[in-house]
Amino acid sequence: MTETIALTPERLEKAKEIIARYPEGKQKSALLPILHLAQEQHGWVSPETMDFVADLLSIQPVEVYEVATFYTMFHLEPVGKHVIEYCRTGPCCTMGGEEVYAHLKDKLGIEAGETTQDGLFTVKEVECLAACGWGPCFQIREKYYMHLTNDKVDEIIEELSK
Amino acid sequence: MAESIKILTGNFDVPGIEQLDVYRKNGGYAGLEKALKQMSPDEIVEEVKKSGVRGRGGAGFPMGMKWGFLAKPEGVPRYLVCNGDESEPGTFKDHYLMMKSPHLLIEGMIISSFALGANTSFIYVRGELMYVINILEKAIAEAKAAGLLGKNILGTGYDLELVVQPGGGAYICGEETALLESLEGKRGNPRNKPPFPAVKGLYQCPTVVNNVESISTTPWIVLNGGEEYAKVGIGRSTGTKLISASGHVKNPGVYEIELGLPVEEFIYSDQYLGGIRDGHGLKAVVAGGSSVPILPKDLILKTAAGEPRLMSYESLSDGGFASGTMLGSGGFIAMDETTCIVRNTWNFSRFYRHESCGQCSPCREGTGWMEKVLYRIEHGKGNERDIDLLVDVAKKIEGNTICPLGDAAAWPVASAIRHFRDEFEWHVKNPEAATKKGAVYQPELSLA
Repeated sequence: MTETIALTPERLEKAKEIIARYPEGKQKSALLPILHLAQEQHGWVSPETMDFVADLLSIQPVEVYEVATFYTMFHLEPVGKHVIEYCRTGPCCTMGGEEVYAHLKDKLGIEAGETTQDGLFTVKEVECLAACGWGPCFQIREKYYMHLTNDKVDEIIEELSK
Repeated sequence: MAESIKILTGNFDVPGIEQLDVYRKNGGYAGLEKALKQMSPDEIVEEVKKSGVRGRGGAGFPMGMKWGFLAKPEGVPRYLVCNGDESEPGTFKDHYLMMKSPHLLIEGMIISSFALGANTSFIYVRGELMYVINILEKAIAEAKAAGLLGKNILGTGYDLELVVQPGGGAYICGEETALLESLEGKRGNPRNKPPFPAVKGLYQCPTVVNNVESISTTPWIVLNGGEEYAKVGIGRSTGTKLISASGHVKNPGVYEIELGLPVEEFIYSDQYLGGIRDGHGLKAVVAGGSSVPILPKDLILKTAAGEPRLMSYESLSDGGFASGTMLGSGGFIAMDETTCIVRNTWNFSRFYRHESCGQCSPCREGTGWMEKVLYRIEHGKGNERDIDLLVDVAKKIEGNTICPLGDAAAWPVASAIRHFRDEFEWHVKNPEAATKKGAVYQPELSLA
């Protein structure tokens, strides 16, 4: 276990607090929250991180692999500083999402699943984000960006490029 | 028109309602005080039964009856798990409720946990809503500091720990047994039933899983009584329902409506959606989240028998799947005449293909086939047999899977073909015209 994959002392403290929430012997329930915590620190979830989490929860590494690969929120490869996850599902597309997302990808010069060369942006396609009436929308980390238009996308990208 | 009754959202517009002191000043936690100090758990269950409130996540199963199924073996812990995984396309009402008024859900959780005899309860929220999870955790900390959670709540001797659990991005975890698997730190594969969660749920212990909106009705029911709740609404569709409206309407958003409101009024009244966006007309509606059958304008406004269609479980399903649909989760998606039904159906089928957990072959393979066939029709490469092939695949998925995701994937495809078959045929017969950017089938032109 190298230092680069360990959690910071604050996050390790938080992880222990999370583990203590569940009944005795059910520490595996902490897996998803702790994977989120690890991803918050590293930007993605590497195999080494998964092994670290397995060790922390006293479970087999494969129990972490099968979970991390099942849930789409976990990035299994390095990503850019800002991960833009746009909703490609019906209601957002009904409201013009396809055009807005095409504009986004044109502007960044990448396709969904790719990262800009400067490492600043990754674009991912995701399914419904539960913001249908406020679409088209995307999410960058925890923040929702709603009622998107091409102009709004330009503003957001310019702001985040500073 | 008179303001309709607000059971859930009455104080949502009060500034700072997400804070404990403001929530309490506006009547919050009065239901909890009454429940814990004046009622027994069984009396609360009885009131919920009397209210007739039905599961607001989509299935519409009576909540009190579900509570009644909970096994209570001696010495075994029981759990209440709140389903806040809200991922059904078109649905964003729980997102809205939790973000606006976290204490309403927390109060409901404490009342419901007390009624069921649970001392540790969970709110499972889809992981994408991390900012909402933070709002809930902050509110829980406030409640705990005020003696509303933790040990000896309000001095009554009742203990409850409330845990907010993030999901990881998986629609399937909205299915209650998949949610329980996920909460145990596993992949979200639905369990075979029986045993039902009421007997063997979380950690193999008796468990009730209820939707955010359902649980949030309990403070009102406790304060006003189940009979009062049952007076609101229509017939077996008691109470109010949060409807999240999206698509080509003037005022999209979340509305609390009294069940029984005419669909026409909901769409066209300025009090609600304000009609279709300027210069356009309504073409179709998906009334209860992407899974429920799509209906053309005529059938969403009136039943096949010509009766006005109402926003209720019974009226929306009037006519069965031949001419009706379902209230579902209340995810109301309106589409105007610029919408290509084939493209929208392909989009939905891609969603279900992506979200199938892969456990049952009919769903794993069937969702993939439907998406592929719809893709080729939409992209001008389909043939006439493809339309019947889709109907056939949908039929073979329906009813043949462990969980309802298979049905949820089959219904939108089958209903789109049932009501808009011309549009599919136009695509396969006129691939060049149909694949032009923004091309939409126009019935009057098809004869040319």
